[in-house]
Amino acid sequence: MSETTSMLDKKDTAAEHEVLLDAQDVKVHFPIKRGVFFDKTVGHVFAVDGMTLQIRRGETYGLVGESGCGKSTFGRALLRLEEPTNGTVTFAGTDLSPLKGEALRTLRRHMQMVFQDPLSSLDPRQTVESLLLEGMRAHGLTKDAKAADARLRELLTAVGLPVAALRKYPHEFSGGQRQRIGIARALSVDPELIVADEPVSALDVSVQAQVINLLQDVQEQFGLTYLVIAHDLAVVRHISDRVGVMYLGSLVEEADSDGLYATPLHPYTRALMSAVPIPDPLIEDQREQIILAGDLPSPANPPSGCRFHTRCPWRQEERCDTERPQLRVVQIDGVPTSHRVACHYAEQIHSGEIERHEVSATAVDPSSLSDSPTVNTQENPGGPISAP
Amino acid sequence: MTAPSPAPATTDTLLSVRDLTVEFGTKGQTPFRAVDGVSFDVRPGQTVGLVGESGCGKSVTSLAIMGLLPKRGNKVAGSATFDGTDLLTLDDREMRDRRGRDVAMIFQDPLSSLNPVVSIGVQVAEVLQRHRGMKKSAAMAESRDLLDKVGIPDPSRRLKEYPHQLSGGMRQRALIAMALACKPRLLIADEPTTALDVTIQAQILNLLKELVVDSGTALIMITHDLGVVAGLCDEVNVLYGGRIVETAPRHELFASPRHPYTNGLLGSIPRLDGARNEQLAAIPGSVADNIPWTSGCAFAPRCSRAIDVCRAETPSLEQDSVAIEDHLLRCHNPWPTGGEA
Repeated sequence: MSETTSMLDKKDTAAEHEVLLDAQDVKVHFPIKRGVFFDKTVGHVFAVDGMTLQIRRGETYGLVGESGCGKSTFGRALLRLEEPTNGTVTFAGTDLSPLKGEALRTLRRHMQMVFQDPLSSLDPRQTVESLLLEGMRAHGLTKDAKAADARLRELLTAVGLPVAALRKYPHEFSGGQRQRIGIARALSVDPELIVADEPVSALDVSVQAQVINLLQDVQEQFGLTYLVIAHDLAVVRHISDRVGVMYLGSLVEEADSDGLYATPLHPYTRALMSAVPIPDPLIEDQREQIILAGDLPSPANPPSGCRFHTRCPWRQEERCDTERPQLRVVQIDGVPTSHRVACHYAEQIHSGEIERHEVSATAVDPSSLSDSPTVNTQENPGGPISAP
Repeated sequence: MTAPSPAPATTDTLLSVRDLTVEFGTKGQTPFRAVDGVSFDVRPGQTVGLVGESGCGKSVTSLAIMGLLPKRGNKVAGSATFDGTDLLTLDDREMRDRRGRDVAMIFQDPLSSLNPVVSIGVQVAEVLQRHRGMKKSAAMAESRDLLDKVGIPDPSRRLKEYPHQLSGGMRQRALIAMALACKPRLLIADEPTTALDVTIQAQILNLLKELVVDSGTALIMITHDLGVVAGLCDEVNVLYGGRIVETAPRHELFASPRHPYTNGLLGSIPRLDGARNEQLAAIPGSVADNIPWTSGCAFAPRCSRAIDVCRAETPSLEQDSVAIEDHLLRCHNPWPTGGEA
């Protein structure tokens, strides 16, 4: 842990510790409607169910989880692209929830988003120049035409595209270049926070590395704060200072990147890590794999107590299925207080007092999504999980 | 084309692909060579990996072997000898008999590979009825056992369900059950876990590993993920621009990757156990920068070790002179042994 401490020391200035974004108990529940004449709400999909996290200025916060865990919905809720059902989001001291219309629009300049699929998030009929200028114009940054032009050139240089790219259309670029345009567009209005939702998962491995490096370069150059949302734990660990692991709508563990890798405490984090293939046959042959049984339960019908208890290889008779664990600091030597985990038995599992046991896969019933959520959770802990 | 040097197909070879070339094109246009003289062998019970990025020809290779390429607009040359028969010369009827019985395939997207309006049970049973001549009721009972074997909980209920009612991991398991229905001797898996979450991927890879060990089925694993390869494949072929650029047994390849492209791929992957604050050694450019193989090495414009000869002479696939094991390499200026990107 000494390495981690020294890293934190380096950033020991007031600005570095300032909380830029503060989300408190954010929930996003989507109603499930049924009926032809009456839009009867028959249940809710609990996409995000009580997320609390802080992002400090200048840091990269990585949010990792599998498809359906609510990570993208949470990212969108932060920017009010999705209306939160509950909770508050404070950005640089401003509470976002009461903001409407013009006030919200103006504030969006400071929080931008980079999307997963660069082709579908770029208008095919606009040139790169017009794509980049659109945001700037909306925020009144193009009044000085000369300065705007200089800004465009600066942006392109920053993301490693030639100036000639300005006159081209999105289809004329490769996937990696399109993602560069997406990043340039986010940068064009000089934001403070960038929410990147799966920024590299649509790209080939060699191009993925280019974009990861680029994200790190522009962060340094423009002093950005990132929230990186991804399903790939290796990518998230590589670029993030702190990592939050999400499962079924809430955080199960939060720690600085190195700490999370060195001592994963939540059973889900351990399983997730053991499932990430490492390109080294010597390690692959030896390491212990924790294969989780079954699929992610339906967020319309989440299990009671700890959401992970239906698949947890360390599940205990008591508390796990009745009491929902909250993120808490653990009393384990060498684990800093910044490392928090939502597991009742984290200490005992870490010390080996509680041993792993077999879990049999329970039947999955995706139709529970459309069923009433009052169906017994024990019988139907399944859900439709499509591709990430 | 220079004759690649893998040893001539011996008796214990199950599938022997030689000089497989696939060209796409319309009349009057220069055809595009998607696969360019690919040769490799698969022995019974062996797992062979075809690794590369999009557009490297790995999927087209498998479709050509299975005879699944469209009838028009392409030209397939070379041979794919399976058990003494060249699969590429078979007519449609003969190929249909083979497919599913001797050689089976699973695809990346299980939802689009399943018929949405037919229940899972009927789809699995169809394979048994067609190839093993089973009666419907017997086939259904067998289907139930197959679903059970691939780890689908509550298989009796699943038989009656439709693809949309299953999760992604379940669908892929159902496809694997169909592929295994006739105990094929060769299974081709084309990116079987790319559409799945990482914990589900681990489940499916585990299942495939068990199948290879238990039934002695040979497996061709097509993937872009070197991590998957590291844990699964006995022999790895790295493809670039339609050609194999490096072939080696798994341990050899990862211990001393010699081709700059293989090295570049390994350097591009953020590793869960690697150093964190370093920049990734990305490969510059994209496949759009490739030069044609006929005028040099296709990878040369993106290669950090490219020298003059790389742009002038086509490299051939040869046994690596310094390697101890079988290690084929297509490069004029490879990394020194044990070289790190």
